[in-house]
Amino acid sequence: MTNARHGGCHSLTFVPRLQDAVPTWAMPGVLAMTAVLAMVCGAPPALAEAPARVVSMNLCTDQLAMLLAAPGQLVSVSVLASDPLSSSMVDQAAAYPANRGGAEEVFLMRPDLVLAGTYTALGSVDLLRRLGVRVVQVPPVTSLDQVPEQILIVGQALGREDAARKLAADFAAGLAALAVDLPPATAALYYPNGYTTGDGTLANDVLAHTGFSNVGATAGLTGGGILPLERLVMARPQVVVTSVPYPGASRSEEILDHPALAKVREKAGISASSDADWVCGTPHILRAVAGMKAAREALE
Amino acid sequence: MKPVLPALALLVAALFAASLLIGPAGLGLGDSLRALFRGDGDAVVLVMREIRLPRAILGLLAGAVLGLSGAAMQGYLRNPLAEPGLIGVSSSAALGAVLALQTGLAAALPLALPLSALTGAGLSVLLILLLAGPRGGALALILAGIALSALTSALTSLVLNLSPNPFAAMEIVYWMMGSLADRSMTHVWLAAPFMAAGMAALLTLGRGLDALTLGEDAAQSLGVNLPRLRLTLILGTAASVGAAVAVAGAVGFVGLVVPHLLRPLVGARPSRLLPASALGGAAMLLAADIATRLVAPDQDLKLGVLTALVGAPFFLHLIWRMRRVEA
Repeated sequence: MTNARHGGCHSLTFVPRLQDAVPTWAMPGVLAMTAVLAMVCGAPPALAEAPARVVSMNLCTDQLAMLLAAPGQLVSVSVLASDPLSSSMVDQAAAYPANRGGAEEVFLMRPDLVLAGTYTALGSVDLLRRLGVRVVQVPPVTSLDQVPEQILIVGQALGREDAARKLAADFAAGLAALAVDLPPATAALYYPNGYTTGDGTLANDVLAHTGFSNVGATAGLTGGGILPLERLVMARPQVVVTSVPYPGASRSEEILDHPALAKVREKAGISASSDADWVCGTPHILRAVAGMKAAREALE
Repeated sequence: MKPVLPALALLVAALFAASLLIGPAGLGLGDSLRALFRGDGDAVVLVMREIRLPRAILGLLAGAVLGLSGAAMQGYLRNPLAEPGLIGVSSSAALGAVLALQTGLAAALPLALPLSALTGAGLSVLLILLLAGPRGGALALILAGIALSALTSALTSLVLNLSPNPFAAMEIVYWMMGSLADRSMTHVWLAAPFMAAGMAALLTLGRGLDALTLGEDAAQSLGVNLPRLRLTLILGTAASVGAAVAVAGAVGFVGLVVPHLLRPLVGARPSRLLPASALGGAAMLLAADIATRLVAPDQDLKLGVLTALVGAPFFLHLIWRMRRVEA
């Protein structure tokens, strides 16, 4: 019983972290969200039972919910969960009806719990709350350390604490087993339009954990930003991690086929690509960590 | 006569050099030149030869194409408002290029990209000449151009919106405004032959356009073959503008501003205006591309933004003057 009541109060556990991770301009929204969650805490009787109809509207909560939910508990996941370029669980997602995150669509599924991201579909989330639906918003993780915490948040919301604790422990053990004890080599994360990610991002932490120093972070980027191709070439990264192109053509992705980038990668001799496993703070990111560990060890 | 052509050539050379030496990597002058000419220093060579050189070459060629085709169309139509961007030739070329890219044709056969853009540009020139007539008034020309631009821009946006690629829809601005960011030698090899051939064709029109200033009858009695002149104009514009748009997007106003600025300097003779406009266009586009790198180095500011900021006031000024003449 204490456990269940505590389950509604998880907001208190992750608020300090949010204040670290969220830029100041976003603070009013975060404070408002904390207030809403605090109100949820104040209504314990309804929370004593695990939710029976859960709808997830966010790619990352989709995957955590599919990993943790009891049979029949999860009613729908977002359409992105079926996109092989974004989701690590396309096969599992096929078993659930997809939603596009519209408030009307989600409300008609009669959920007693909606899982959403902190920044996605804020209008829909707001509307669902006003319609009396309980919504738990889960912030994006920005480091590997936060993944177990993330698993526990979703587990508590689903009333599946035991499964969540086991999954979180497995994750922590898996992550520890993938530690790399080598001096840092340089790596660059390079995406369409010359976008890269620097400090304070999950991808950066994957590199840090596997013995790489991120060229984007060295260039002074916090979060994401544009790194001109010239500066990437001059940084001479030993490994370049690029994204998998989408079907259909785009000029944005042509930069990934640029001859200058091709020569940098040729010199590196190792090419890695960031796929769906890199997107979310779920246990699947261990596959990305394992891939980068192999790349780092191959450099020796 | 003032030495207009040598002065313009010097300006273009200076801007070309500046385009090679300015960039976010902040390389030293000596390092850059050694890397460019002698191939010393691995990463610097890549930056100079694979990133900055293609960008400078494409800026030079695309600018020359736009200036020259503007001057040629204005000479043929005897209308100072004719310009590939304004009358829908560039946006039709963009539609052709986008179709080749999104159908996967360009991926299967790289030449399909410039050829498809060329086809779009050619069809639009043909349509404009049909709609506006050989002696088309300013109104007919501009209205036909507006209709064609609107239609082809809408179709381009439609194709990009329907693409399965989430980035494609964000690139509508690129196709309407143009950019030379992160182009490679592959793009140069793909487009340069078409641009060179088209420009060579347009540069032969000088004598015919000179004669045409006296009127069609006078030109014919001087031995100018008008149907042939028109065909050369269509093919030359289609090849050069089509290829330029296929790799750099549709940059507007260069073909309007440059001939207008240079016309008084060359004594208003089309045969002298054509090469001068080619050089002037190259200078304008190189300058605009350098400005995009200086104003907002990490933002990929679009070329068309800068050319429109200069060009649109010119356009208004021209319309104002024509209104007074016509009144």
